[in-house]
Amino acid sequence: MLTDLYIPGDSALHRARPAWKLALLFVYCTAIFVVTHPGMLGAGLVLVALSYGIAGLSARDALTAIRPALFVLVIIFAAQLWLESLGMAIYVTLRLMALLMAAALVTYTTRASEFTEGILALLSRAPAWVPKDKIALAMSLVWRFIPMIRAQFDEVREAQRARGLERNMLALVVPLVVRTLKTADEVAEAITARSLD
Amino acid sequence: MTTRDITLIALFTALTAVMAVFPPVTLPLLPVPITAQSLGVMLAGGVLGAKRGGLAILLLLVLVAIGLPLLSGGRGGLSVFFGPTAGFLLGWLLAAIAIGWMTEKFWDGLSFVSATLICVIGGIGVMYAVGIPGITLMAGVPISKAFMGSVTFIPGDIVKALIAAAVMVTVKKSYPIIGQAA
Repeated sequence: MLTDLYIPGDSALHRARPAWKLALLFVYCTAIFVVTHPGMLGAGLVLVALSYGIAGLSARDALTAIRPALFVLVIIFAAQLWLESLGMAIYVTLRLMALLMAAALVTYTTRASEFTEGILALLSRAPAWVPKDKIALAMSLVWRFIPMIRAQFDEVREAQRARGLERNMLALVVPLVVRTLKTADEVAEAITARSLD
Repeated sequence: MTTRDITLIALFTALTAVMAVFPPVTLPLLPVPITAQSLGVMLAGGVLGAKRGGLAILLLLVLVAIGLPLLSGGRGGLSVFFGPTAGFLLGWLLAAIAIGWMTEKFWDGLSFVSATLICVIGGIGVMYAVGIPGITLMAGVPISKAFMGSVTFIPGDIVKALIAAAVMVTVKKSYPIIGQAA
């Protein structure tokens, strides 16, 4: 099923408006990128650690945010160490980690549905030339389509496994794309038949 | 934009998201596994065209930003847009638009060779032209070094360009989408 990366909780950060959290994240990132002083970065790291504490999240959650980028971070650390100095390598790597953790904090404390509501609220105030209904339709369709295409992909893979082709990307992609295009016609007809257009 | 266009956009957003769970392919002698997700980017442009393909990738990026783990390895949320490789996500969007635009231009005589060229220019040329300066910006690594670090991914991307081209030509024959009113 389709789940977001939200971690349930009842902290001030969980209850804050998504727009405020995004604005704060933007200010935070700009600040630690513009003021290139180690003291600023230190303060930034303390602030992130405090915020994780306020949100009731653990150090492990913060690590989860960094882990996918770990490989790239190690390479960047090595490159900086080789080109510049140890201090520079530590500074650049820590700054990236601070950014990753701060951004993940917003994701952890905000449900995808809250963001969606926020986007729809913004759209309702958008000028007339913005196709709001269509944007809303596309967003809600994807929620339904992802589990559906995943199920279709499993079917295709089963069928190709029987032929010994389950590692052949072409044999997996072509049937999946053609099925997807056929689905588009069926779904579009069904929507039009219900006069949502 | 008709309802069918909206449906196609949503379907290719979902298709690209599902490609994150494709079994990764490893080429001999290469340390990096090839994930199928950038194949979805090439297909969005090459099958739907510039406008619809670009919107499909944009929608995917919006859903990732609001916290859905739709990228390969279950990555998602705002942090992927603040990491060192964030430039490549913008590169996806521009690559889909570029591939779609070129495919529309050369639609009438589209062959496997021209489709492959289109996918290489858009999916590798445009993608790395945006992604590599992104590494430089986020991590302060010189462009040349960022390029060296990215070069190991290029053989895999060429394989994906070949697959995308084969799909584009097959779809053009059996189920053409480009050429109809967008």
